[in-house]
Amino acid sequence: MSANLSAEASAQAAPAPKKNRKLLVRLANQKYLQAMALLGIAWMIIFNYIPMYGIMLAFKEYIGIGDPANAPWAGWTHFQAIWEDEQMLDVVKNTLGISFLKLVIGFPIPIVFALFLNELRSLKFNRIVQTISYLPHFLSWVILGGILITFLSDVGIVNDILMALHLIDEPITYLAEPEYFWTIAVGSDIWKEFGWNAIIYIAAIASISPELYEAATIDGAGRFQKMRFVTLPSIRGTISILFILSVGALLNSNFDQIMVLKNQVNETTSQVIDTYVYQVGISQGRFSYSTAVGLVKSVIALILLLFANSVTKRLNQSSLF
Amino acid sequence: MLKRNRRTLGETLFDRFNVLGMLIICFLTLYPVWYVLINSLNDGKDAMSGGNIYWIPRMFSIENYTAVFENAGIMTAMGITVAKTLVGTVLHVFFTAMVAYAFSRRELIGRNVYMMIGTITMFFGGGLIPTYMWYRDLGLLNDFFVYIWPALFSFFDLIIFLAFFREIPDGLEEAAKIDGANDFKIFYSVVLPVSMPVVATIALFHGVYQWNDYFTAVIFTTDEALQPIQTFLYKVIAQSSSTQIIGNMSGGAITRRVTGQSIKMATMVITTLPIVLAYPFLQRYFVKGLMIGSLKG
Repeated sequence: MSANLSAEASAQAAPAPKKNRKLLVRLANQKYLQAMALLGIAWMIIFNYIPMYGIMLAFKEYIGIGDPANAPWAGWTHFQAIWEDEQMLDVVKNTLGISFLKLVIGFPIPIVFALFLNELRSLKFNRIVQTISYLPHFLSWVILGGILITFLSDVGIVNDILMALHLIDEPITYLAEPEYFWTIAVGSDIWKEFGWNAIIYIAAIASISPELYEAATIDGAGRFQKMRFVTLPSIRGTISILFILSVGALLNSNFDQIMVLKNQVNETTSQVIDTYVYQVGISQGRFSYSTAVGLVKSVIALILLLFANSVTKRLNQSSLF
Repeated sequence: MLKRNRRTLGETLFDRFNVLGMLIICFLTLYPVWYVLINSLNDGKDAMSGGNIYWIPRMFSIENYTAVFENAGIMTAMGITVAKTLVGTVLHVFFTAMVAYAFSRRELIGRNVYMMIGTITMFFGGGLIPTYMWYRDLGLLNDFFVYIWPALFSFFDLIIFLAFFREIPDGLEEAAKIDGANDFKIFYSVVLPVSMPVVATIALFHGVYQWNDYFTAVIFTTDEALQPIQTFLYKVIAQSSSTQIIGNMSGGAITRRVTGQSIKMATMVITTLPIVLAYPFLQRYFVKGLMIGSLKG
């Protein structure tokens, strides 16, 4: 504030045309502030924007040696190669399939969980359930992957239970059978994140005015009616925002998770865009091609985000931007 | 809220089933963790030959843990994890808070442009390969600081800080200014001390990220001396190279009653323990922190 005052004082002394001078004085007065802000900008340039500039690799013939800027141009050939890549069909199918199932099944579960949690009469029990439900969020996928691999192995607990119930006759090594991979990926992701994803809804529900419920009670509304006509409409805005973000993340098929659960036997159903970029790019050294694949992914993800944003905006007036 | 005295049969049934459902959910969430714990405390050879152990250790033993602590590879990896979590978290919180404070001041010239530059980074990025190439040019491959510098700042965390800093009354900063303090000094001696709730939130989030992150090492390092414990476990689990665990062991595994699987279980418990111990603190802060970020921001 005092910086502003002195800047204004000097501006009053100087005639009007010296606007640049006034700006310089203001800058000088906030030199520490500018330095702090510019350090952040410098970090973003180094770690966000220069890699964006590196996207030009997708249009070049780069073999990994020397400055990418000097590599010969390749035009759109890498993008054409994506069309002709036979593995690409599986990769896209797995990415969209797993993500879509995670969205359709995984998105409503935290909302339902939050609604039912809100109906618990004991506040203490409510807290305990909440605390337990988001514990898995803090465990790494490496640990969870280790647990899943143990549980789903041919001598694992899942086979024990299913055999005891006579649902299967022979033990199955689930992660070695491609047909089970989507189920495992979607199920374990929901298991890990449903409690965590519910927090935001729980908070939104907690901020609903109790008067609304009282009014509904006086009008003779039952429990499910209150859920349906008071709670749900009150958290509609929160649901929309989170839905937009989920759609924007459709093509991000959770790298950490897939890398742990993927193996050579289940690859036909477990290879997703992110793991494919990693494998083709870093393990096989086809840098330009994998950059092109990554770029197509980012662009489609951005379009999806904007699309979801405009749809929810039209439907109920809440949107990201 | 009005307290109702009479409940219909339907309501009572609903309550019962709701509680039952919640108990089942709690069981499903906790059981896998419990399973790992009891198996890590069971004799390795016995666990392998005698069938699955479901509820409590069949042949109690802490030999798996002694084997882990004698394994030089695991201990080095633990050291890397602790180092990257401590150094990474302190620097991340300080740097991100500092930039956020500058961004929070209304008189900052160019503030809108800076915010725009940051917002773009949340929705678009260079992708894996360009990032890899750039880190190679920067000399970050096979360098401990690949865990630190790229994780120094996060625009998402900045937004959470921003929402908090806006709530700080101007009077505090004014007083320091009159005393002749510069903006950086105001940040670390006035603003930071009153922002402990949000600092703790971000620190805990980032600490968990650093602790759990295994992928940075998989992509950017090949040097085994630099791999954190999660990466070590990833290699053991996903590439099922239990030879790595047994092979490193002093004294040889044959004479002992441990197996690759039982040591894996013990390593998993040790790796998870700090998170579970930090959990009560995490709990206290993150809901508050999340709310600051999502509702006000």
